Amino acid sequence: MSQPIIKIENLSKLYRLGEVGTGTLSHDLNRWWKTKILRKEDPYSKIGTVNDRTQIAQKGEHVWALRDINLELQAGDVLGIIGKNGAGKSTLLKLLSQVTSPSTGRIRARGRMASLLEVGTGFHPEMTGRENIYMNGTIMGMRKAEITSKLDEIVDFSGVAKYLDTPVKRYSSGMTVRLGFAIAAHLEPEILVVDEVLAVGDAEFQKKAIGKMQDVSKSYGRTVLFVSHNMAAVKSLCKSGMVLINGSKGFEGNITEAIDFYQNNNALATNENNHWEFGNAAENDNIRVDSIKINPLNGTTLDISSGVQITIDFFNKIKDITEDLTFEIVSKDDVLVFHHGFVFAKDQNSKLGKHKITAIIPAHLLNANMYSMNLLFGQSQRYVLFKQDHICAFEIENIPMENNMSILPGVVRPAITYALECHG
Amino acid sequence: MNNYTIDITPKKHLLDINFKEIWLYRDLLYMFIKRSIITVYKQTILGPIWFIVQPLMTTAMYVLVFGQIAKISTDGLPQVLFYLSGIVIWNYFSESFNQTAHTFTTNAQIFGKVYFPRLIIPLAEITSGLIKFFIQFSFFIIIYLYFIFSGNTIIQPNWTLALVPVYIVLMAGIGLAAGLIFSSLTTKYRDLNHLLTFGIQLLMYATPVIYPVSTIPEKYKIFIQANPLTPILEGFKYAFLGAGHFSWDALAYSGGFMVILLFFGIIIFHQTERNFIDTV
Repeated sequence: MSQPIIKIENLSKLYRLGEVGTGTLSHDLNRWWKTKILRKEDPYSKIGTVNDRTQIAQKGEHVWALRDINLELQAGDVLGIIGKNGAGKSTLLKLLSQVTSPSTGRIRARGRMASLLEVGTGFHPEMTGRENIYMNGTIMGMRKAEITSKLDEIVDFSGVAKYLDTPVKRYSSGMTVRLGFAIAAHLEPEILVVDEVLAVGDAEFQKKAIGKMQDVSKSYGRTVLFVSHNMAAVKSLCKSGMVLINGSKGFEGNITEAIDFYQNNNALATNENNHWEFGNAAENDNIRVDSIKINPLNGTTLDISSGVQITIDFFNKIKDITEDLTFEIVSKDDVLVFHHGFVFAKDQNSKLGKHKITAIIPAHLLNANMYSMNLLFGQSQRYVLFKQDHICAFEIENIPMENNMSILPGVVRPAITYALECHG
Repeated sequence: MNNYTIDITPKKHLLDINFKEIWLYRDLLYMFIKRSIITVYKQTILGPIWFIVQPLMTTAMYVLVFGQIAKISTDGLPQVLFYLSGIVIWNYFSESFNQTAHTFTTNAQIFGKVYFPRLIIPLAEITSGLIKFFIQFSFFIIIYLYFIFSGNTIIQPNWTLALVPVYIVLMAGIGLAAGLIFSSLTTKYRDLNHLLTFGIQLLMYATPVIYPVSTIPEKYKIFIQANPLTPILEGFKYAFLGAGHFSWDALAYSGGFMVILLFFGIIIFHQTERNFIDTV
């Protein structure tokens, strides 16, 4: 195997939460004193926790937006980077584009690297399209002569030839994006880093843009790093994928597997016999969820016709309130199938102690898919006492419909009765 | 084979400044200069004439307030020439300082999206400022020649006219250096922005722009002479008008000051540019 074109070693980035304002000078002096003079650890990074945006930030807390990322790419690789919002994708791109520098670790790369965190960086509304092509092109590291030689191609690709000598402020937003992308597409760097810039522009242009990126990687053997939430785009463009979870690398490999991993991970890990014991992992001041069991109502396998029985054991810590249990079923592709609740303590008569609630999802409702469950406890159907998303996950097996063996599309697969009257 | 061309690490050496890279991005420098020139007079009627209106009005006001009302001496020189020469060279300094001091805050949007040597921006600012300076300077020259040819004998241009380019470089250098330091500090401590505008104003009064050094009482002279901008202002006026004072020592003092300030300015700027996007 030849030398990788990009090599990332132990890359981490620490961010500070909360407002940067008053007190920063004293913090800075304190840190400078501790680290440079006393040679101790940075007093503020100790509280640094895993990047989980759902937890409320402590004041002045530091957080690892990215932690210990290792990655090697060969020339011609097209890597898709996927992950939830706040998983560290943009931070990684910023480090790669040298917009900010890492806290630890190292990135080495060969050749020219261009990043497209935005299209049309440096566009000035008062300047014409032509002037802005030069402005934006040089910002991305092109030489003037290089732009001049490609000007016709760029204009052609963008489709705004008619407006070339009109100030960009008169352009529609779609035209601006087209022009911006056209310039970027003609950069010809060895490494291209692309953020979700394709989200804008019409369908025709998106198709054109993805086609251009495929072209760049396939015919010229360029390396592309592509970040997107659009799984279809990632799938069609990338060969390999990396999943980021809370700033760390969760998975790396084949793109199909990566997308599966991401979608399953979104639903948390399943469990072989669908029985979860939480200990004190799902506990707060109001509720402690002890265990959840998911069983087929009829038969031995969870499938479309079996129905689903969910048994939740929990310990209630608040008495004399009106209390309910609510659960949500979410499909693998993040679609909320339903939200349903049960007021188990009416008229402020909740009791301390262990409870067991069984919920039954009727047969012939859920389609074959992977589902995860969000569990909530509420007071008076208004206040949230406890909430844990993706607390468990389960899979519904398919049952073929007539002779069609494949899984039918759609979120639900109800049992429909048909009636035929034929007067033939 | 281990020929990596890009190497991104958490810390860089203080003096590790890639001047070669700036050279590679010279076309970008040109585009930024062009941009700041073009955009000033798009959709204006007078266009670049605005560059002349400002010193013209300021000179008129100074003649009225400092010349006629306060009756501050101009060493016997025509007041118009005395004030105009001071304003023209001072403007270049304050322009360079002011524009470069806002490098990070006004360009945060671009800096957050793409990498290029950040030093390009302040360099473009002082260069486009230079173009503006030359327009104002030409205006001064026209007024100056008018006085010469109308037979004014008090004005005595001399050989130090050859040093005028040096004065311009010194003004640009000190303005740039101060701006670099200011822009780096304002990314984190915004308070300094408040200081900037009136700070430059106050500095003008501590510099012999509207008065000659000869009018300063002896015991305060040392403070005015400690100001590294004083020799530049005095030298510039001396070259064209012949009044005032010129000394090589004072010039060397300004030059030394510029070199040291520029040295620290570039180091601080370079350290800031790496992470400023996290704090801005």
